Amino acid sequence: MSTPLLAIGDAPLALEPLVAAVTGGDQHPVGANGAIATFLGLVRNHNAGRGVRYLEYEAYEPLARKTFERIAAEVGTRWPGVRLALHHRTGRLEIGEPSVAIAAASPHRADAFAACRYTIERVKQIAPIWKREFFEGGDVWIEGATADPDDARARAEAERTACA
Amino acid sequence: MRVTVRLFARLRDIAGAPELAREAAPGATIGSVWRQLVIDFPELARYEQSISSAVNADYARMDQPLRDGDEVAFLPPVSGG
Repeated sequence: MSTPLLAIGDAPLALEPLVAAVTGGDQHPVGANGAIATFLGLVRNHNAGRGVRYLEYEAYEPLARKTFERIAAEVGTRWPGVRLALHHRTGRLEIGEPSVAIAAASPHRADAFAACRYTIERVKQIAPIWKREFFEGGDVWIEGATADPDDARARAEAERTACA
Repeated sequence: MRVTVRLFARLRDIAGAPELAREAAPGATIGSVWRQLVIDFPELARYEQSISSAVNADYARMDQPLRDGDEVAFLPPVSGG
């Protein structure tokens, strides 16, 4: 079974299937790519001065999938030659496990790097996903950005970060 | 009419349930369903300025009118990645 470009669920993540998914295919013959940039987000053993034991990720999965499609469409508009894969994991994740995996294939490295960075910034801004941190002595829901996919300022900020 | 409310992360903890069935008056909006929830669960009030909302798994504004059977979701600030 071929790996979907966009996915969210409780299966463990690895980069290789995403790399395979962004290469090949009728519209993206293997030889057309000059670069693949990848990103793997990991569960860190410390946060805000606390020792982290593990994380639990929760998502509104139907909306998360649509949000991933939206991010892929934004990438396609901004970097037309790029083919993107984005997978996010849910459930309990142990220290060192990947929580998010991204691969961006492009004829040129600059676009691959930028699309990859843009994608993780947008995931953090608008994907309906939450992490609950279990640390030594308690637990807390982490709350970051108010999700607003139509916030042009946030989108421009993600693009600035990606192209810095 | 009847709507299903979905709550996530801390909001779910506050309400003590991931999903609630709610009666809503004709003409009810996402915002009016939220205000009713805050009456039932006053601790939700501090999320007034930071929540996002969705109807039938699409992001939507608080003034959007609802229809019978809609699924309304309230989302605290996100922390994926």
